[in-house]
Amino acid sequence: MADTTASITAGTLSAAEKDAAGIWGFSRAQLIALGIMVTFLVVSPFVLYPVFLMKLLCFALFACAFNLLIGYVGLLSFGHAAYFGMGGYLAGHAAKVWGLTPELAIIVGGATAAGLGAVAGWIAIRRQGIYFAMITLALAQMVYFFCVQAPFTGGEDGIQAIPRGNLFGLIPLDRDITMYWMVAAVFLGGFLLIHRIIHSPYGQVLKSIRENQPRAVSLGYRTDDYKLLAFILSATLAGVAGATKSLVFGIATLTDVHWSMSGEVVLMTLVGGLGTVFGPVIGAGIIVAMQNYLAEMGAWVTVIQGIIFVICVMAFRRGVVGEVAALLKVKL
Amino acid sequence: MDDIFGIPAPLLFGQLLLGLINGAFYAMLSLGLAVIFGLLNIVNLAHGAQFMMGAFAAWMLLAWGGIGYWWALLLAPIIVAVTGVILEKLFISRLYKLDHLYGLLLTFGLALIIEGIFRNEFGSSGLPYRIPPELSGAWDLGFMFLPIYRGWVVIAALVLCLATWLIIEKTRLGAYLRAATENAALVQAFGVNVPRMVTLTYGFGVALAAAAGVLAAPIYSVNPQMGSNLIIVVFAVVVIGGMGSILGSILTGFTLGVVEGLTKVFWPEASATVIFVIMAIVLVARPAGLFGRA
Repeated sequence: MADTTASITAGTLSAAEKDAAGIWGFSRAQLIALGIMVTFLVVSPFVLYPVFLMKLLCFALFACAFNLLIGYVGLLSFGHAAYFGMGGYLAGHAAKVWGLTPELAIIVGGATAAGLGAVAGWIAIRRQGIYFAMITLALAQMVYFFCVQAPFTGGEDGIQAIPRGNLFGLIPLDRDITMYWMVAAVFLGGFLLIHRIIHSPYGQVLKSIRENQPRAVSLGYRTDDYKLLAFILSATLAGVAGATKSLVFGIATLTDVHWSMSGEVVLMTLVGGLGTVFGPVIGAGIIVAMQNYLAEMGAWVTVIQGIIFVICVMAFRRGVVGEVAALLKVKL
Repeated sequence: MDDIFGIPAPLLFGQLLLGLINGAFYAMLSLGLAVIFGLLNIVNLAHGAQFMMGAFAAWMLLAWGGIGYWWALLLAPIIVAVTGVILEKLFISRLYKLDHLYGLLLTFGLALIIEGIFRNEFGSSGLPYRIPPELSGAWDLGFMFLPIYRGWVVIAALVLCLATWLIIEKTRLGAYLRAATENAALVQAFGVNVPRMVTLTYGFGVALAAAAGVLAAPIYSVNPQMGSNLIIVVFAVVVIGGMGSILGSILTGFTLGVVEGLTKVFWPEASATVIFVIMAIVLVARPAGLFGRA
């Protein structure tokens, strides 16, 4: 009985999504947006400063990973800096001390974040809503204190002079433009993977948990397993983003594991649009650009970020991409 | 010198006292969070910033107005509570019908704004606040020297916490409050002005945080970040205790402060993380928290 209901519901769910399902689960509007994004990825390094773009892409992937949880499972993690920062530390350590090639260093970073996410997720999914947010925040603070004390992180100095190395041991990444193509590939890979996850049958179950967890349970889904896997996936991709960032800048520091970084990724996703595919990318672009241009304003940047938070929550809850999508009556 | 478990007694008692003081702040802050959460259903992420505002209000009253510690202990919480009431009226009250997560995001934004403004005005380095002359000095207890001010903080925090408990559990106002926590619509139907009660409750929770800030001012240096680091530990305390019980949050706060202090003696490297580890263990064994209702 439970199985029939489950399949019926799954059937209606995918029917509702059918208009949206085009190539690879992209609707027409999303395909156009994807085309614009890929064009931007290809053209922008010839127009804008590649290091700035690489920073943007790392944060965009980080925000997309975070959005997988808040946007599609309804779990607000306030501790994603832990996975981002630890991914960065371990990738830096792997590249500098173990002498691994960059792609292996990124894998090490992602795997570390996955392991960390598995433990933290296993603990945190026992509670929901605001408790979940507080628990993830507290666990991330624990990771932060660990990083302050652990010898391999270098404490206040961080890991410095991380070599970019040679991709696959062959292609030197010292030139910014070569590095940029690798970062763009990592970002696009992660972005498409997240999109694929969201539009898989597994992703549909995640959405049903977001909408009504008791009902998903009554339909026979082991929601805790689904949530845990989503948490691990999200943490892994956040770790990959952090690992890539540490290779780009050659440095991994406490800033990336601090709670304010967790707040920043929440802000990026909120500004871009929670639960939209392209929102986190746009949001990351806005916040990174803002930090870049307002850098000389010092502590006022925090105030401005706070004000953006308040404005978004009070009047702009759909975010930039959400508003545009509502205006054009499409899903983005 | 006497040793206890191979530890010199003054060191042990000194850390125990420090633990009790930290526990006093954990208790007051988690109590305020629990009171606000009970009625408003939001987690007040600005709580740390409001704790910091309390300390700064005391400092400003002294530096700019020449108003001393004792008046500051009364005035600073009122001033900060008024700002809290304004924030509730302007922003928070508009979010009650939405998902609770928006309340959390909003108060996080408010905390960023408050902290940023204070950092711009006063810089990141701390400002000193002198211990009032009546409370300076130390008592010789035989086994240790007890700085009078530190003893006073523990007692004052205990009194404030117990007074809060009495108000909520034993007075008519507290009965309204508990009733509204259970079913706000029904209480409103009986003619109680629930929205005003909600606003005042928020103000009261904020005042508790600010009072803790005034108590903390002479112990820690008054600086813009003093709240944000503390509040994350307080969240862990709240998760451990569960927000269901007033006495529970007081007890959990003090106990965890002492545990943290003892860890500093026996395993200093773990002292920063011990509360988070306890939180993880409690979540695995008893997800609702020690005093929480599932």
